[in-house]
Amino acid sequence: MLSPYVPIVTMFCLATLFVGASVLFSSRHIGPRRFSRTKAEAYECGIEPTPQGPGTHRFPVKFYLTAMLFIIFDIETIFIYPWAVTFGFLGVFGLVEMVLFIATVFIAYAYVWRRGGLEWD
Amino acid sequence: MISHLASASSTAVAAGDIKLPSISYSALSPILVVFGVACLGVLLEGFLPSRLRPQVQPVVAVLGFAAALGCVVSLAGTHELTAANAVAIDGPALFIEGTLVLFGMVSVLMFAERKADPDGGALVADAASLPGQGTHRLAARNSQTEAYPLMVFAVAGMMLFAAADNLLVMFVALEILSLPLYLLSGLARRRRLLSQEAALKYFLLGAFSSAFFLYGIAMLYGYSGTVSLQGIAVSSGLLGKTDFFLYLGLGLLGIGLLFKIGAVPFHAWTPDVYQGAPTPVTAFMSAATKIAAFGALLRVLYVSFAPTQWDWRPVVWLFAILTMVVGAIVAITQRDVKRLLAYSTIAHSGFILVGVAAATQNGISSSIFYLLAYGFTSLGAFAVVMLVRSGDGEANDLGQWQGLARRSPLLAGTFAFLLFALAGIPLTSGFTGKFVVFSAAIGGNATFLVVVALVTSAIAAFFYVKIVVLMFFQEPRAEGPVVVRGSVLTYAAVGVGIAVTLMLGIYPQPVLDLAREAAQFGFVS
Repeated sequence: MLSPYVPIVTMFCLATLFVGASVLFSSRHIGPRRFSRTKAEAYECGIEPTPQGPGTHRFPVKFYLTAMLFIIFDIETIFIYPWAVTFGFLGVFGLVEMVLFIATVFIAYAYVWRRGGLEWD
Repeated sequence: MISHLASASSTAVAAGDIKLPSISYSALSPILVVFGVACLGVLLEGFLPSRLRPQVQPVVAVLGFAAALGCVVSLAGTHELTAANAVAIDGPALFIEGTLVLFGMVSVLMFAERKADPDGGALVADAASLPGQGTHRLAARNSQTEAYPLMVFAVAGMMLFAAADNLLVMFVALEILSLPLYLLSGLARRRRLLSQEAALKYFLLGAFSSAFFLYGIAMLYGYSGTVSLQGIAVSSGLLGKTDFFLYLGLGLLGIGLLFKIGAVPFHAWTPDVYQGAPTPVTAFMSAATKIAAFGALLRVLYVSFAPTQWDWRPVVWLFAILTMVVGAIVAITQRDVKRLLAYSTIAHSGFILVGVAAATQNGISSSIFYLLAYGFTSLGAFAVVMLVRSGDGEANDLGQWQGLARRSPLLAGTFAFLLFALAGIPLTSGFTGKFVVFSAAIGGNATFLVVVALVTSAIAAFFYVKIVVLMFFQEPRAEGPVVVRGSVLTYAAVGVGIAVTLMLGIYPQPVLDLAREAAQFGFVS
């Protein structure tokens, strides 16, 4: 029943073995290990890492809101684009459905705008 | 059916092949009205001044539910598949939609209660801020009016969940109903950390169970080449297929559904979330989520898996027994009234699963009747919990309920009546519900299951009676609870709970007839 998948499972096992042998085993036991302060630091795109832990100041994460709002409009675009391409075939039905969809997103947009979600400060 | 799906699934669709689905907006009107009211609620949040929102939002929600109820009533008797066979508007769907709308109305009353707590409603604005912080002082007296649109969205999702005739639509509905509930669970004004812990737990476990559900859909699609419930039923009757993926799919799908129902062993979230969530939200979840999830489970089992019922029935038996026994026994040890009601909910899920296991038409009618009866009793019981308070918050510790009858005989009597209904004493809806469910199970040759259910009912009756004894026959403690005067809204919620519980206990026939007429899934292959 599952025979076509047996080679795939075999490949998975081989891949796991390879990763285990090369990355985990060999590099640990053969490669040199030299630690430095820079290596121990958190990696933040090469800039000075943001201070964390007790005693350091808090930092704002309000960009998350912008990112979330961006995704909503991003998704909207994803739906509008194929609709626009096939508009001729979908006709009035497609138009009505798309208007409903955009109206729903617009309601969310109006809420965000009125409640200050678009203000940075 | 099959040919239609085959054309939809072929990858290269020529331009002329696009077949537009016909959507019967009238059949969908209850769901659309509720969705519309939720959107209106969001707009009101944006454009109304904040002092008007607590007054306007509940009114809009109740009027919207009333309009949706009107739509449901006008659709009575409809059997229609619409939106490319994705939504089935049939008897069970309409019965559950109507019940959900009624639960929604009663829950709005409890959401809108602002007098019981000296600082305002049970749902706080800015729940993330700690008491005493600068921003907290500002928001302290505000309540979170976004709760109303969120709750209405949840109801709309539940209505769609029970009517979905297509596993993908069912999954989308599951998410629509779940996401607002995760948020609402974290909005409690008192014991905020507990509430936020509940919200996080519910979210993580809920997301996990959604993944199971989705994986089940993938398996069933792999088996039958369709996500339509009837398509799966048709292809499961065909010979020459290995059933491995069918059962794997049903199992994974079942985990997702049983999680929402709160059946053992997928119940672990229930006590924590019910305890931590604001009491109106807990009440809403215990009544509405349950009926929606059972509606979806019934539809999946009775439509898609009708041809294979001899294979899944023993499994439902097992889950029913586990759920009843664990719910009833663990409830005995609880010291917190909300946790106790949570375990009682689990036990009741087990009793309803007994009806589901019948796999007959009576199984449907008795289960949906039980869900309606249980929902109103549960709403009433949680509304009483809102009124018994000590210090700042609700007095949830059972020790504080000691001697409540001395403080307020009326409230204690009310709660005792609702507990008797949960225990299934005659002349309450609980008895009628258990009676119809158990007779359906006997009719479906599940007599052994009924014997277990009767024994667990007796065990469950013990802890309900224990609370009654605690309230009536013990001296109140010095620091005992205060029964606060709520606004008329909470009393109305309690009153509706009592009235329905009593009515369905004394004269259940009209509602039983309604459930019997509704108990026919349309288009069973």
